[in-house]
Amino acid sequence: MSERFYDAAPNATRVAPARPAPREYPAKPAEVTLFGTCVVDLFFPEAGLDAIRLLEREGIRVHFPQEQSCCGQPAWTSGYVNEARDVARSQLDVLDNGLPVVVPSGSCAGMFRQHYREVFAEEPETLKRVEDLAGRTFELIEFFLHVCKVEWKDLGQSTQIALHTSCSARREMNTHLHARELLAKLDNVERLEHNHESECCGFGGTFSVRMPEVSGAMVLDKTRALRDSGAVEMVTADGGCLLNINGSLDKQKQTFRGRHLASFLWERISGEGGS
Amino acid sequence: MSQRIPMTELTSSFRGRATEALADSQLRTNFRVAMDSLMQKRADAFPDEQERERLRELGNHIKARALSQLPDALEQLEDKLTENGVHVHWAETTEEANRIVHSIIESKQGSQVVKGKSMVSEEMEMNDYLADRGIECLESDMGEYIVQLDGEKPSHIIMPAIHKNRRQVSQLFHNKLGVEETDDVNELIQIGRRTLRKKFLEADVGVSGVNFAIAETGTLLLVENEGNGRMSTTVPPVHVAVTGIEKVVANLRDVVPLLSLLTRSALGQPITTYVNMISGPRKPDELDGPEEVYLVLLDNGRSGAFADAQMRQTLNCIRCGACMNHCPVYTRVGGHTYGEVYPGPIGKIITPHMVGLDHVPDHPSASSLCGACGEVCPVKIPIPELLQRLRQENVKSPDEPPVVKGSGTKHSRKERALWRIWAALNSRPGLYKGLLWAATRFGKLTPGKLGPWTENHTAPIPARRSLHDLAKAHLNAEQNQGGQS
Repeated sequence: MSERFYDAAPNATRVAPARPAPREYPAKPAEVTLFGTCVVDLFFPEAGLDAIRLLEREGIRVHFPQEQSCCGQPAWTSGYVNEARDVARSQLDVLDNGLPVVVPSGSCAGMFRQHYREVFAEEPETLKRVEDLAGRTFELIEFFLHVCKVEWKDLGQSTQIALHTSCSARREMNTHLHARELLAKLDNVERLEHNHESECCGFGGTFSVRMPEVSGAMVLDKTRALRDSGAVEMVTADGGCLLNINGSLDKQKQTFRGRHLASFLWERISGEGGS
Repeated sequence: MSQRIPMTELTSSFRGRATEALADSQLRTNFRVAMDSLMQKRADAFPDEQERERLRELGNHIKARALSQLPDALEQLEDKLTENGVHVHWAETTEEANRIVHSIIESKQGSQVVKGKSMVSEEMEMNDYLADRGIECLESDMGEYIVQLDGEKPSHIIMPAIHKNRRQVSQLFHNKLGVEETDDVNELIQIGRRTLRKKFLEADVGVSGVNFAIAETGTLLLVENEGNGRMSTTVPPVHVAVTGIEKVVANLRDVVPLLSLLTRSALGQPITTYVNMISGPRKPDELDGPEEVYLVLLDNGRSGAFADAQMRQTLNCIRCGACMNHCPVYTRVGGHTYGEVYPGPIGKIITPHMVGLDHVPDHPSASSLCGACGEVCPVKIPIPELLQRLRQENVKSPDEPPVVKGSGTKHSRKERALWRIWAALNSRPGLYKGLLWAATRFGKLTPGKLGPWTENHTAPIPARRSLHDLAKAHLNAEQNQGGQS
C-alpha cells in the first residue's frame, strides 16, 4: 500500500498568478508614456497618433520612447518563453522611467499587467520591476475614464456604432465595460448591441494561422453579427481584433469596417473628420 | 450491439476533423443552439454574481486542499470503504482497470452489464474491452444509449448525444429498433426507457462512475437526472464503481458547495433529480441494494499532472462541462473533433496527461486563449494559462526534461529559429526600426497570399508611415511650438 503511484510525485513550485482585482486609480498625471503596440505601429499608426492627441487634449505630455517595439505576446502565447522573455526584458528597460504607461490595446496591456509575472516567474529580481510596470499600466480607454475622468463634448453627427471588446480586455483586464461607459457619454453616438458580443472574434494571435479553419468560422460569425446589428461601423480598442475583423470584411468584399476607438473618439471630440 | 468507431477510421488530425465538422451545417446548428441554451441556463442559475464568485472561490479552495492531501485522503477513503464492506482496487493504467473490472464480472459468471454514465469507463473503453470478452455492456444513460446505438462516442461529458437533434434520434430509433418515427421527445424517451428497463432486471453487474468520493465516511456520491444511475447501482447483485483518483474530498460538508457548483454550472439546475450516496453493500436487514460493491481507483496519467503544482490544478475539475458550453471553438467543431474522451477546454488540458502530448499535438494550439473557459470554470481552473504552459511543453527541445508525457512533439528547429529572429528584431531597437523602415517603404509589395492568414483575410498592408515616425514628427512639432510660445 505504501508504494502507490502518486507517491512518486515530486514537489513542484509553480503556482497560479493572481487574478485581476479591481484597482485603485491615481490622480491625472502630467506626463505619460504611450506604448503604441506593434500592430498599431505598423497597421493603424493613425490610431496611435489620435491616442496621443487625445491625451494631449487632457493636458498630458506624452512620451513615445523610440526604443519600444512589441510586448512579447506572440512568442509567449506560442510557447517560446525564452524569446518572449528577451523581448519583454527590452521593453521593461524602455518603460523604466516610472511614468504611467498607456496602451491602446487590451491584449498588450494584459501582457504587461498579467503575463509578465509568468514570463519572469523564475527571476525574483525582475519581478519587482514587473510589479512596478503592472501597477502603472493602463488601457487607453480605462485611462480616459478612470484616471482623466473625462467629460467630453460630442461634436460629431449622430451615428450608430457597434462596439467590439477584446477578450483580453474582458477577461484579463476587466476593462470591457469602460468603452461602453465612455461611449455613453457621447450625446450623438448610439451603441447598438450585436449577437454573441462576449464571444471571441477568432484572432488569438498565431491561433488564426495555426487553426485557420476554426478561426475563419469564428471571424465570419463575428463580422455577420456586427453587420446585422445595423450599425454604420464597428469600433474597438484592440489592434489585433481590428486587424482580424477588417481583414475578413475586406476578403468578403464588405463595405462595413471597423475603426480603432482612439480615432473614433478623436473625430467626435475634435470635430475633425478623422486624421 | 454495434461496435464503436475506432479512432483510426476518423481523419487523424484535429484540424482535419475540425474541417469536416465545420462543413456539416446541421452539426454546427445543433451545437450553436444547444450551447446558447446551456449558457443561458448557467447564467440564470447564478443570478447573484457575488454569490457565484464566492462559491467559485470556495470550490477552488476545497479542491486545492483535497489535492494537497491526496495521498492521505485516498488511504483514508480506502480504509473507510473497506470497513464499510466495499472492495477497493487500484489501477495505474486503463488496461489494469479493465482487467480488474473484467475479473470481477468473470468471478460472478456475469455476461450482462448495465452501466450508468461514467467518463472514466469511457477513458477505459470498457464497453469494447468487455465486448471482446463476450460480455455485453449496455449504456443506461439516455444520451449514452443513443450514441452507443449509433456506434459513436459521446461528444460532451454531460450530454453525450448533444450533437444530434430529435429528428436524428427518431431516425436512429427507427433504423435500429424498428419503431415508428416521432417528433415527440417524451415518446422518444419512453422508447429508450422500455428497452432499458428489461436490461436492468437481467443484468449481472451494474457499473457506475463517481462524482465525489468522500474520505471521512467512505461514501461514493453520484448525481444524475434519469434514475438510471440509481437503477444500475442498486438492482444488479454486484455494483462496480470506477473513478479517477482526483475525485476524493475530505468530508460530506465539502461536497455541498461543490455539488451546487456542479449542477448549476452544468445544466443550470439547483440540484439533480437524484443524488445517490453509496456507502456499502446491502446490509442483512435491508430490502434492496447490491450484495457486493467494488471501487476501482484509476490513475491513468493523473499522478503526472499531480506532480506539477501548476498542472495539478487540472485535477480540480468536477466534470460539469461549462468550459465546453462556453468555448467558441467547441461550439463550432463539436466534441468529436477532439478525438478523445474529454473534449473542449478541459479535454485540451487533461488529455495530454492521459495519452501524451504526442498523441494530441494540436490540442494546446486549438484555442484562441479567449479565456471564456477560465471565466466560467466553477473551481477556477486557469485553463488558458495551462494551455499556454502546454504550448511550452509542446515546443520544448527533446533534450530538456519532459514534464508531460510526449512533450517536445512540436519542436521544430526551423520554427525556433524564426522566433529567435523575431526576438532579435523586437529586442534590438535598431533592428526593429530597420524593419519598420522596410515595411512602411515596401509595404505595397506585400504578396496577396500570406499562407493560412489569407484563407480568411486579405493580406494586411503596412501603413506608409509607422507610429514611430508619426509620433516622432508630431511630438517634435509640439515641442517646437511649446518652445516658441
